[in-house]
Amino acid sequence: MSLRGRGAIVGIGEVPTRRIYEGRSMYGLCAEAAGLAIADAGITKNDIDGLVTDGVALPPAIAEYLDIKPNFATGVSMQGASGATATMVATSAVSSGICNTVLVVMGNSRQDAERAGRPAGRGASSPSVRSEWEEPHGMAPGANTGYGLMYRRHIHEYGTTEEQMAKMAADQRFNALENENAVFNGQPINVKDVLNSRYINEPLKLLESVMPCDGAAALIITTPERAKNMKNNPAYVLGVGLKQGEANIWQRDKFTETPAVDSVRRALEMAGYSPSDIEFAEFYDCYTILAAMCLEDAGLVEKGEIGPFYEETDTTYKGAFPINTDGGQLSGGQPGLAGGFRHVIEGARQIMGKAGSRQVEKSDLCLVNG
Amino acid sequence: MTSAYDKPIPIPSNEVLTKPFWEATKRGELIIPYCNSCSTLFFYPREVCPNCFSKDLGWKKMSGKGHVYTYTHVRQAVHPSFQSANGHIYAIVQLDEGPKIPSGISGCEPEEVYVDMPVSVVFDDITEDYTLVKFQKC
Repeated sequence: MSLRGRGAIVGIGEVPTRRIYEGRSMYGLCAEAAGLAIADAGITKNDIDGLVTDGVALPPAIAEYLDIKPNFATGVSMQGASGATATMVATSAVSSGICNTVLVVMGNSRQDAERAGRPAGRGASSPSVRSEWEEPHGMAPGANTGYGLMYRRHIHEYGTTEEQMAKMAADQRFNALENENAVFNGQPINVKDVLNSRYINEPLKLLESVMPCDGAAALIITTPERAKNMKNNPAYVLGVGLKQGEANIWQRDKFTETPAVDSVRRALEMAGYSPSDIEFAEFYDCYTILAAMCLEDAGLVEKGEIGPFYEETDTTYKGAFPINTDGGQLSGGQPGLAGGFRHVIEGARQIMGKAGSRQVEKSDLCLVNG
Repeated sequence: MTSAYDKPIPIPSNEVLTKPFWEATKRGELIIPYCNSCSTLFFYPREVCPNCFSKDLGWKKMSGKGHVYTYTHVRQAVHPSFQSANGHIYAIVQLDEGPKIPSGISGCEPEEVYVDMPVSVVFDDITEDYTLVKFQKC
């Protein structure tokens, strides 16, 4: 059995990504996003009988906060891929009949970490592979160091340049300029600005790296039969694919290849399309280099050719092949695992025809990579 | 050896499992986990072979020779002890025997490091308990 066309996204909601929301919490922001998505779908919370979170927001806590009692609930615990995975799980749930209408929700409050006595994103990690083998050599907590390693290797193998990667960051910033939900809306940058930003983990620069933010996002997914009677033009899930990779980047055989090689192939096979059919793409971009490698591995660009592709291609929402049309995480911000979820939300928004001034010209078929 | 060492020291997730590794580095030896059942060399140490699930595991002494597989020049360290004017190199070294290992590169400026640079192991006695494995240009 295939999931092709078995899930319909009928409502989306985003609490605009901001550096910090004073006096808010993750659960409060998640509840607000859930309310926005429910209203967008034109349903009530009583219609929700399924709940999927990122696993950071605990399903029982979300259910209690919203005073709902769904027949199905789970948290996917898939790090950055949680948004895409949660959407896949929600589609499976409505397709199998376990439940009918699922709320997918996740968010982040940086003050929550402070309240718990941890400065957000800092400090030595608990005993782990990293604390024993990596941090003594100066690996930074967080992901910067690992992506610096990948970036260096991609330059070595394919001749990719920092200027080519800077073009990605600049294109995405253009996409964020009119997006109220993006943390960097109204703040233009160009390729030179990216190149002149300071090195974090050379070759990785500040403007090629996500900024940790606050915010939340939610969507409502239901069966195609139910979607027919709802107010929005839905976005149908046509194919899904997942490939689990390593927890630690240095455990990979090849540093320049991502699990998207397999996950995208499986999604396209289910959908019955090839990479050349894709009209626009929303790709996980904690750093330029990761989105770059995934776009190659998806088959949208030949392996190793992402640099020349960015040199030659306008990837803004006005361009020949739009990528990360809401600014992505690089210019939209990363509200925890809702950062990766923004790619699903924006893909759905474009297909539903709700993207306003940044609506892409061809918006029937989107490839989302979480 | 210094009592004022302020960089992160290794925090094992299972100190029983990795004790032989850290005892070996104190003797000036680099040893890597080895599966007696399927002959797989692997790193980091695990309680079960990642290839065949065997628990019949041992250690193999390495030549200490390898090359820089990739590296990053860390300019913005998060841990304050690593803050310095010109940053430091964090590298993944591939040993001649195959396994990859995270390491610092000592004995040269960060700008001198390159992918494929041949390196050999050196041992850095950071505390009484821990001697780190690092690599230097051959």
